[in-house]
Amino acid sequence: MHELSICQALLTQVEDIARAHAADGVKRIIVAVGPLSGVEPSLLAVAFQLARAGSCAAQAELTCELAPVTVRCTECGAESACAANCLLCAECGGYRTQVISGDELCLLRVELSSADESVRRTAA
Amino acid sequence: MCETCGCTITAGNVHLTRDQHGHDGPVIEVLQDLLAANDRTAEHNRSHFNEHGVFAINLMSSPGAGKTALLEATIDALGDEYRIAVIEGDLETENDAARIRARGVRAVQITTGSACHLDAHLVHQALHELPLHGLDLLFIENVGNLVCPASFDLGQHRNVVLLSVTEGDDKPAKYPVMFRAADLVVLSKADLLDVLDDFDPLRAEAALRALGRDTPVIRAAARRTPALQPWLDWLRRELAQHRKAHNQFAVPATALTGAALLRPARSMVGD
Repeated sequence: MHELSICQALLTQVEDIARAHAADGVKRIIVAVGPLSGVEPSLLAVAFQLARAGSCAAQAELTCELAPVTVRCTECGAESACAANCLLCAECGGYRTQVISGDELCLLRVELSSADESVRRTAA
Repeated sequence: MCETCGCTITAGNVHLTRDQHGHDGPVIEVLQDLLAANDRTAEHNRSHFNEHGVFAINLMSSPGAGKTALLEATIDALGDEYRIAVIEGDLETENDAARIRARGVRAVQITTGSACHLDAHLVHQALHELPLHGLDLLFIENVGNLVCPASFDLGQHRNVVLLSVTEGDDKPAKYPVMFRAADLVVLSKADLLDVLDDFDPLRAEAALRALGRDTPVIRAAARRTPALQPWLDWLRRELAQHRKAHNQFAVPATALTGAALLRPARSMVGD
């Protein structure tokens, strides 16, 4: 279960971002996880519940955005949607394909609740 | 994967990076690979290997596929030709490192406790106990596991995945992430093919091709020296190419190349 290691790396990044923006806390973390990343989103969600305790993201919600597996054929140029274990070109049947979507493992966005925000609201 | 910076955001999935949700607070756009810290350490390890002219191979397979036996036979065959060292990864015991040391080769054992994979930090720590000076080949024997090790770049130059013929020939279809990461697939224990009627090497290769890879597939039998020849030839060829590369050093099949950020500036939106 390497999802816990991934969560710890994720939280390190999120804590750095929260600190850099003088945030009070983190409301939501949005990650992209593709079927070919080697990470299972449901296990990542379970691991996140454990890993977030005691961090600035202790109350944060984790959202995994999933991308379908898509390949582009380097022979005929066609793009095809496919299963994670069958990355063949749907047009010509060739196996010389490049994955253009589906191998993401990436922190996309962090929604913060920051001191700046409350200051702005008070000023308004 | 993006060929400019190594991130996994491409034209096919860039829409995911756009905010599709309402929100109140500031939203920080990040676009950083989750394994960026591991990948930085992996690049650091790889730089060390390159500076010392060491060719590093990450050996992965399910438990019991014969990684240590292949290393023992490799040391017996090439020990006079090349200076070899091994980093062993296991949850517990020094058994594998002891087997390698018994062949007269330096071995560092990493015991991961309950962790199911090696990562770049663990390998970096092990390198503190392993002088690279004068080495030709470094084998990193990963924890026996066809899932987790595939996600972590260690700083190696090549990934070698063993598939023993006592397993199913559909393993590439069951573990696509691992087999996509392979630079070479070794069908190990191939001397048993004569007595096994349910493993078809051609079916295994077809399952690998279905992953969009033209990775070479060779057969090896650690207990039969002649059957090691394709493996030894591959090692000699890869090491020679690596040495000739002049700063164009090899990187493994799916490793990120360090700079995993799509764009370095983090912009604040939503305020």
